Amino acid sequence: MVSLHSYLILSAILFSIGTIGVLTRRNAIVIFMCIEMMLNAVNLTFIAFSKFLGNLDGQIFVFFVMTVAAAEAAVGLALMIAFFKNRESIDVEDLNLMKW
Amino acid sequence: METIAIPAINMSVIAPEMILSVVAMALLLINVFVRGEQKGYLGYLSIAGILVTLYSLTVGWGSPQDGFGGSVVQDNFAIFFKGIFLVSAALSILITDQYLQREECNQGEIYPLMLFATVGMMLMASGTDLMTIFLGLEVLSVSLYVLAGFNRASIRSNEAGLKYFLLGAFSTGFLLYGMALTYGATGTTKVAKIAAAAQSGMVSSNLMLIAGMLLMATGFAFKVAAAPFHMWTPDVYEGAPTPVTAFMSVGPKAAGFAAFLRVFLVALPVFKADWASLVWILAVLTMTAGNITALYQQNIKRMLAYSSIAHAGYILVGFTAGNAVSTAGILFYMLSYAFMNIGAFAVIVLVGKKGEANNNLSDYAGFGYKHPALGIAMCVFLFSLAGIPPAAGFVGKFYLFSGAIQAGYIWLAIIGVLNSAASVYYYLRVMVYMYFKEPTEDFAWVKLSPAFVICLIIAIAGVMIPGVVPSTILELAQKAILM
Repeated sequence: MVSLHSYLILSAILFSIGTIGVLTRRNAIVIFMCIEMMLNAVNLTFIAFSKFLGNLDGQIFVFFVMTVAAAEAAVGLALMIAFFKNRESIDVEDLNLMKW
Repeated sequence: METIAIPAINMSVIAPEMILSVVAMALLLINVFVRGEQKGYLGYLSIAGILVTLYSLTVGWGSPQDGFGGSVVQDNFAIFFKGIFLVSAALSILITDQYLQREECNQGEIYPLMLFATVGMMLMASGTDLMTIFLGLEVLSVSLYVLAGFNRASIRSNEAGLKYFLLGAFSTGFLLYGMALTYGATGTTKVAKIAAAAQSGMVSSNLMLIAGMLLMATGFAFKVAAAPFHMWTPDVYEGAPTPVTAFMSVGPKAAGFAAFLRVFLVALPVFKADWASLVWILAVLTMTAGNITALYQQNIKRMLAYSSIAHAGYILVGFTAGNAVSTAGILFYMLSYAFMNIGAFAVIVLVGKKGEANNNLSDYAGFGYKHPALGIAMCVFLFSLAGIPPAAGFVGKFYLFSGAIQAGYIWLAIIGVLNSAASVYYYLRVMVYMYFKEPTEDFAWVKLSPAFVICLIIAIAGVMIPGVVPSTILELAQKAILM
């Protein structure tokens, strides 16, 4: 049987890959995919805990996280389309009109 | 696996939220049948909805009750914060219509979106389960992403929306990971049960709980714009439509603090020594970064964005202390901050021109002579933001800092007062432009509509009355603290 630790380490690795992706990638859609990966790493943590604690709260939480991620995707992609219409790019380097 | 027991549902706990969501959904439908130039009436309808919600809130004052198996609670703390959210939503809605007509993006969806964001904040304030807090936060954030990018034709608004979305979703990941680790360590997502587990040492791994606490602190610090997680704030505040900026500089910040306070004061008091030193550092960084960067801003919206970061820092001072005086101070300060900040943004909306032009400090040259009443109103708001008596901002800061001194954080209070003194420079600079520079324009485009007059009168009353006689509001705040 796979131990809880293996799941936690896997999800920590996934979360870190997502974080590094957000920080290093330049395409807004790829950044958004990395954010989704972070959320799914969290989901894995929740499920693993839920299974090993014998407690359903974690699984219910995952349903909510997935619903929210879907809503966020809808809004985020719409914002990217609006930006693309005006700038013809979704490179985050082009998010440069306002800086200090 | 345990069997699923259907928890006791108590609908009256979420009655205010339900009323407001129903009003928002009805407005979405009505919006389809309203022609462009009459969209402003939707604003009045939403204010009517807000007033009904406010009334349904006051009924519950003093008799805390919980519902949905302890996932939401309607206590004085939640009700006080919900009052702040509703006031800030109503004041922002009053200044929205004229702005939208000027910018020619007259779409009625902005009112339901503001109401949905308010519902999210209300859920955050009354959430006693990490799940409820997370859902409230997301209802709030998703509405705000749209609101920040609301002016689709404006590239600055697009950029603000996209930036806010990417960074907001990123921070949500950290908050969620923190919640997952807290759940793993304590076996529950209920705030009260987390506290009980941490108290009795029923925690499977202390390290995991502390890591969860740190990640949650990161997520919340991002939402309240505390340094070093504040970099999105100036860009988003500058690019978003001005009434939306007014709205999101107050409401979401207060909601973030409501959830931050509830999770840390109620669920994790065992680790108070640990998180107090963390929040101490956050407070000092936030105040200093906000105030120093605000000193050399030329755009007034950007300046107020940095000022709002600094104000988050003052509130974190009260949070560090975490005693009765400072918690009441936080509540009092958030309420007065709602009035003074939205008031200042109302004047900014009036002075601005189409395309978000005319938002630089130099554009305010001679404004005080051309429009004496508006000039005085702006001065009142700026004096209050700077914390000069007899405005409410002074009283609020006084309680925050005296709470910190009572808790033994003398140095923190000293740094706070020094920061507050430095901030007077950039608030006074606006007044210098308004009164000591020769006017270069006639400001003939500044038209006061009745909605603006109402908004400004309420804002001035909300700044001056608690400033001169703070006892009423302060007593309410003292009854609303968590301990």
